[in-house]
Amino acid sequence: MGEHILSWMTFFPVIGAAVIAFIPSERKEVIKTVAAAAAAVPLILAVQLFISFDRGSSAFQYVEHYTWIKAFNIEYFIGVDGLSVPMVLLTAFLSFLCIIASWKIDKAVKGYFALFLILEAGMMGVFVSLDFFLFYVFWEVMLLPMYFLIGIWGGPRREYAAIKFFLYTLAGSVLMLLAMIAFYLNVSDPVTGGHTFNMVHMFDQANHSDWLQLTNIRHILWIGLFIGFAIKVPIFPFHTWLPDAHVEAPTAVSVILAGVLLKMGTYGILRISYPMLPDQAIWFSFTLAVLGCINILYGAYCAMAQTDMKKLVAYSSVSHMGYVLLGMSAMTSAGINGAVFQMFNHGTITAMMFLCVGVVYDRAHTREINGFGGLGLQMPLYFSVFSFALFAALGLPGLSGFVSEAMIFMGVFPVYRTVAIISALGIVIGAAYVLWMLQRVFLGPKNEKWDNLPDINTREMFTLVPIGIVVLLLGIYPMPVLDLMKVTLNNLIKVVAG
Amino acid sequence: MELLNVNIPNWSDMGNWIPEAVLCVGFLVALIGDMVTRGKKPVVPFVISVFALVTAGSYAVAGLNNPGLAAGLPIMGDLVVVDGLAAFFRILFIFAGLATVLFAWTSEEIMGRKRENKGEFYALILMMTAAMMVMAEARDILMLFLSMEAVGLVSYVMAGYMRTSLRSTEASLKYVLFGAVSSAIMLYGLSLLYGMTGAMDFAGIRAALVSGPVNGFALLVVVVMIIAGMSYKIAAVPFHYWCPDIYEGAPTPVSAIFSVGPKAAGFALMIRFFYTTLAAGPDAAASVGIIHIINWPLLIAVISAVTMTYGNLVALRQSNVKRMLAYSSIAHVGYLLMGFLLLTPAGLQAILFYLLVYTLMNLGAFFFVVAINNHLKSEELDDYVGLGFRTPWAASMMVVFLASLTGIPPFAGFIGKFYLFTAVLDKEWFWLAILAALNSVVGLYYYFKVVKAMFFTTPLEGADTSPLKLHWLQYTVLAVLAIPTLVLGLYWGQFKDLADQAIAAMTVGF
Repeated sequence: MGEHILSWMTFFPVIGAAVIAFIPSERKEVIKTVAAAAAAVPLILAVQLFISFDRGSSAFQYVEHYTWIKAFNIEYFIGVDGLSVPMVLLTAFLSFLCIIASWKIDKAVKGYFALFLILEAGMMGVFVSLDFFLFYVFWEVMLLPMYFLIGIWGGPRREYAAIKFFLYTLAGSVLMLLAMIAFYLNVSDPVTGGHTFNMVHMFDQANHSDWLQLTNIRHILWIGLFIGFAIKVPIFPFHTWLPDAHVEAPTAVSVILAGVLLKMGTYGILRISYPMLPDQAIWFSFTLAVLGCINILYGAYCAMAQTDMKKLVAYSSVSHMGYVLLGMSAMTSAGINGAVFQMFNHGTITAMMFLCVGVVYDRAHTREINGFGGLGLQMPLYFSVFSFALFAALGLPGLSGFVSEAMIFMGVFPVYRTVAIISALGIVIGAAYVLWMLQRVFLGPKNEKWDNLPDINTREMFTLVPIGIVVLLLGIYPMPVLDLMKVTLNNLIKVVAG
Repeated sequence: MELLNVNIPNWSDMGNWIPEAVLCVGFLVALIGDMVTRGKKPVVPFVISVFALVTAGSYAVAGLNNPGLAAGLPIMGDLVVVDGLAAFFRILFIFAGLATVLFAWTSEEIMGRKRENKGEFYALILMMTAAMMVMAEARDILMLFLSMEAVGLVSYVMAGYMRTSLRSTEASLKYVLFGAVSSAIMLYGLSLLYGMTGAMDFAGIRAALVSGPVNGFALLVVVVMIIAGMSYKIAAVPFHYWCPDIYEGAPTPVSAIFSVGPKAAGFALMIRFFYTTLAAGPDAAASVGIIHIINWPLLIAVISAVTMTYGNLVALRQSNVKRMLAYSSIAHVGYLLMGFLLLTPAGLQAILFYLLVYTLMNLGAFFFVVAINNHLKSEELDDYVGLGFRTPWAASMMVVFLASLTGIPPFAGFIGKFYLFTAVLDKEWFWLAILAALNSVVGLYYYFKVVKAMFFTTPLEGADTSPLKLHWLQYTVLAVLAIPTLVLGLYWGQFKDLADQAIAAMTVGF
């Protein structure tokens, strides 16, 4: 497996899905076990990747390079660098835990787990692709499973939420498709001279045609790509699909949605837009900072106004992704390292929050914040786990969210001082909505309706504790993850900002 | 100006026409077989038509290796030619015909109890397939017109196949009326063209256009009239009005073949006619003028844009799946026309590949409607609720077809669109590419309305939710269409090569 570790990570879940398709649908436990096993393999390989990844190099590692469609120079070209490794780890980690968290799914079990595994393959593929065409295919491959996971296993308004998610994302990705074709037609392979989808060739400005050097064209291409990615992040004003999708999706799907899918947007900007159009990245950087600031404040204010726990967490995602944008806009080492670290941390912390909301929803079948009260006494263990997640979300020092947010502000402050100061208000509002929710749900007089709620069980703890450990460890000592990405990201800054 | 410079049919040429001959003989034998065995289940015509199609198909596939293909194998002198383009379309039509025949065997609409004319259907399909093949081979305006009329004639009968159904009869009559008008317009255009150039064969027409002074306005009138006739065949706006009514009224297996066969044949004819007469070929310097006198790219771009947008927007509002697919097929014609913009090989190759993919996915979607209609006696979207759990495999294959029609990876429809977009962007027609891309998003909404009904919507109280079991032949044919729809989305190199060679080996007669 050593040679093809990334291919195995990407396609092993597909094999699992294929196996599941042939298991009779009554054998639910067998299906779930196969799914867990199929998701465990990428996780084990991810650990191996984490250990053996060469942290001192900004080059792509574990590269696999084969011809796919010769006539159009489409290649099966995959590899990882310091930008993609944290995302690959996150994907493998959360996917496995989500399979475990989905154990109680009872409706059309076979379809659910098969689709979930295909979704994992799609996400993994996005993070390892180095051929633009391949990237696009993976990017779209996960739409269909996601659509079904929301639409079949979701809440009351699932039909609306599913198609809204699908329409928004597709609208963004067709623009990306056109931009991709424009790049393809105007980037030449330095060896053969033909058109190419090879991203590494696209990064090298010397391969761009004269047409591609025109400023107006570069503006248009940047904007096309940016809208495609912005919808995924989601950046205001493209964010409206997110609360709907989150609220209606089943718990594990929300975790994947917030934990991994949103990262694909910012990952796309850093992987594709920045190195391919570095001058445009500079041109756009202030706008990006402002958009980040809007995301932070707008998301936080919206979160404060919610009475549904899941919607609150969804809007907090909008807010937290704003920090990522802010960090990216600064073009400083601290800023961009903080941004990618924040992508990783938000993945873990939001996953915990969604899982916690899922725990109480499974028992009470409601997520109305004002319907609870005094749950802290009723479910003490749950109280402590959820509080841990919420404190991590508000950026408590000692937990990982604090480190990345601090790095982002350190990076941005010298560059866009005013924006940074305004954005910092987001931390205060963040603390407000988090603590206010904590108070309304867990403290105060106990609502007698919930006298019989059992505390969190072992399986649920099994999904939450590993994430909690990661959050805590990285809060105390963030270097294991920062080391992974430092060299690559500093190199990226050098390419973009000169 | 010799009116009758047509060579006397030369029997030695006929060896290249074996597939067509097999189908024609099969047509007659199937008719006689049907008469002899009247009143029983039409096993005889069915078997004969399957046998004829398989035989013709194997000859057509074998014909791909004929070394003479590149230069073109003439039949009856200048009238008809078997070259790369024709060889490609022959196989496509035979495949579509065979799939339709097999599926029709299980269709209640065709084989229902009260039918007494069941067997004729199988004979007619053979005739239609043969006529479409000639459309792809014609290189003379006389043959062009005759082959189009032959396809039309069979189509009128097939649309009215359910004699006792008011809708079917109405569809047939509409088809005849629209067909007659547009044929007349086209014939007028063709006669003007003959008057301008004095030639009947495409090569002669081109020679006359390139050498002589051309009256731009006259040429524009001629081209518009000819496009009008062909637009009717492929159902491009504004000659699409017949299409939804006829697809809805005709028996669904007939609609299925209508939505791919005559359309693809129309495109084959357009490709050969316009590429041969107008495109910038080897004598580019002279011929670039022709295409620009009439501002051909803008003309096609506008038709394409209007067609795709109209088809998609109207499809949005349909509640009948069959009618929705009819409008969607109009939208797909709009996409296909993008490849026609500059009459460049890249664009035409994209059209061919898209037609190949479109045949698979559109036949699949229509066949699913046939299979469901057998059980539910309905094509209404509301009746599709819960199908995803009543017949999961078939419904999953329908999802494959619909996702492919939308154009999302990893399905073949995406690859088809990708090539069309590339052809358009390469020539910097940005507004058309952006419009087409946004149209795909509109397509997503209505295609996935079907998915939503099948999988997401909770059935009403008391609705039938018992499992549906389809005929084994239906599962087989659907799988034969669905698997390539997926595989061609992942690995399509060889098939694209086939389309590329078909255009490269199209004899243009320069």
